[in-house]
Amino acid sequence: MLKVDQIDVFYGNIQALKGVSLEVNEGEIVTLIGANGAGKSTLLKTLSGLLKPKNGSIQYLGDSIGGKPAQAIVKAGISQVPEGRRVFANMTVEENLELGAFLRKDSKEIHKDIQKVYETFPRLLERRKQLSGTLSGGEQQMLAMGRAIMARPKLLLLDEPSMGLAPLMVKTIFQIIEDISRNGTTILLVEQNAHMALSIANRAYVIETGRVTVSGTAAELQASEDIKKAYLGGH
Amino acid sequence: MEWVQQLINGISLGSIYGLIALGYTMVYGIIKLINFAHGDVFMIGAFVGFYAITGWGLGFFPALLLAMTVCAILGVLIERIAYKRLRNATRIAALITAIGVSLLIEYGVIYVRGAQPEAYPNVLPNKSFEFFGAQISSQSLLILSVSIVLMLILQFIVHKTKIGKAMRAVSHDMDAARLMGINVDNTISATFAIGSAMAGAAGVIFGVYYTKIEPLMGIIPGLKAFVAAVLGGIGIIPGAMVGGLVLGVVETIVSALGFSLWRDAAAFIILILILLFRPSGIFGKNAREKV
Repeated sequence: MLKVDQIDVFYGNIQALKGVSLEVNEGEIVTLIGANGAGKSTLLKTLSGLLKPKNGSIQYLGDSIGGKPAQAIVKAGISQVPEGRRVFANMTVEENLELGAFLRKDSKEIHKDIQKVYETFPRLLERRKQLSGTLSGGEQQMLAMGRAIMARPKLLLLDEPSMGLAPLMVKTIFQIIEDISRNGTTILLVEQNAHMALSIANRAYVIETGRVTVSGTAAELQASEDIKKAYLGGH
Repeated sequence: MEWVQQLINGISLGSIYGLIALGYTMVYGIIKLINFAHGDVFMIGAFVGFYAITGWGLGFFPALLLAMTVCAILGVLIERIAYKRLRNATRIAALITAIGVSLLIEYGVIYVRGAQPEAYPNVLPNKSFEFFGAQISSQSLLILSVSIVLMLILQFIVHKTKIGKAMRAVSHDMDAARLMGINVDNTISATFAIGSAMAGAAGVIFGVYYTKIEPLMGIIPGLKAFVAAVLGGIGIIPGAMVGGLVLGVVETIVSALGFSLWRDAAAFIILILILLFRPSGIFGKNAREKV
């Protein structure tokens, strides 16, 4: 479904990604784990069109999308839940969800999808008229996910959905990610919480200082001594 | 009863400031630029209205619409030509460019038509009637209602339409807006178009109300509207309207008290006070939302 081939991405003169390649197949949950500053968010930003790769190619459903503008990528079916949620704090919960469906024209279906999001996240229904800046971190994460789903993506990119959340909330969020996957959306999940990420993923990539260093099935990575030491804190 | 009269004069003047301030505040909200050429867009609006009325014999409302349209296009052109490429430059570079654009428009107009002032034709019926003992002209009432209607339309656009929601999203978080599929460039253009149209309308209204226009007429009202925008809280749309009204009323009161030479100073004293004591403005929040 998605094939990233040898991409280089720069911030000014600083190279953030060095020849990164990875693949996501339809229906999978693929996770990308790595330390802070390894290049995980850079990769997702490049996939969403916020950054342009200098070299290399990104193929999605047979089209080359590397360097295309963000709105073309959303239209093609790739949505992102960005790091730090980035909800529109000055707008209500419902307005945030409507913005998620910005490129869609089928207002009846949009309305139905908003109801579906409320079924998935009953907390958001209670707060639908509230400004999203007043929500708790976990609720904002739910909103950011609901907002991304509103675009009806085929591929959902999640950037650190567990960041800053209480353990119980992390569990809830990961259950919902599994639900979204079961409903037929392919998922690329970036996480620092490698333990949780590997527990729901099919396959995984490890990224270190801008390079993919290890890849394999989630089970293989969970079993690897090196990974255990570096990312799983001896679990 | 003198006071009711002055209050109405102040509100009329204030609504003109408010209309101009809207453009300042909308543009600042979305690209964090103080568009100092905005007062000159107001001037262009006044002249387009003038030529439409005297040259083509148009009435007040068609002239108003024409001025708004021309100014909307002008605003978009200014943004596309001068500001767009500076979006990632330092803010001071963009600010200096804005001052340059302002001078270009002012002296461009003088080059084309000369610096002489024009007397605005009288296009509105002017009857006056008593209201709580004050003399109120039908003209000032009409002007006030036009301003209010325009502000209501703007509120509707910003809160209920898709482009308005896109504008609010872009002004809050440009990259997050991109992730929604919002075309940021078009949204910024729309912001300039709407803000400039408001300034164009203010130009025609100003001409009808004060009857004299000239190529440098945008400087002082432009600065005053900037003060109004800061007073209300720059980037906050209702703040611009309220800031404009407050400023208009204060200026009129200062004049009415016999200090009319101090009228312009009053606006800038307000600016200094607000920057000293409440830099975020009447409606501004000092605390940022949690991340």
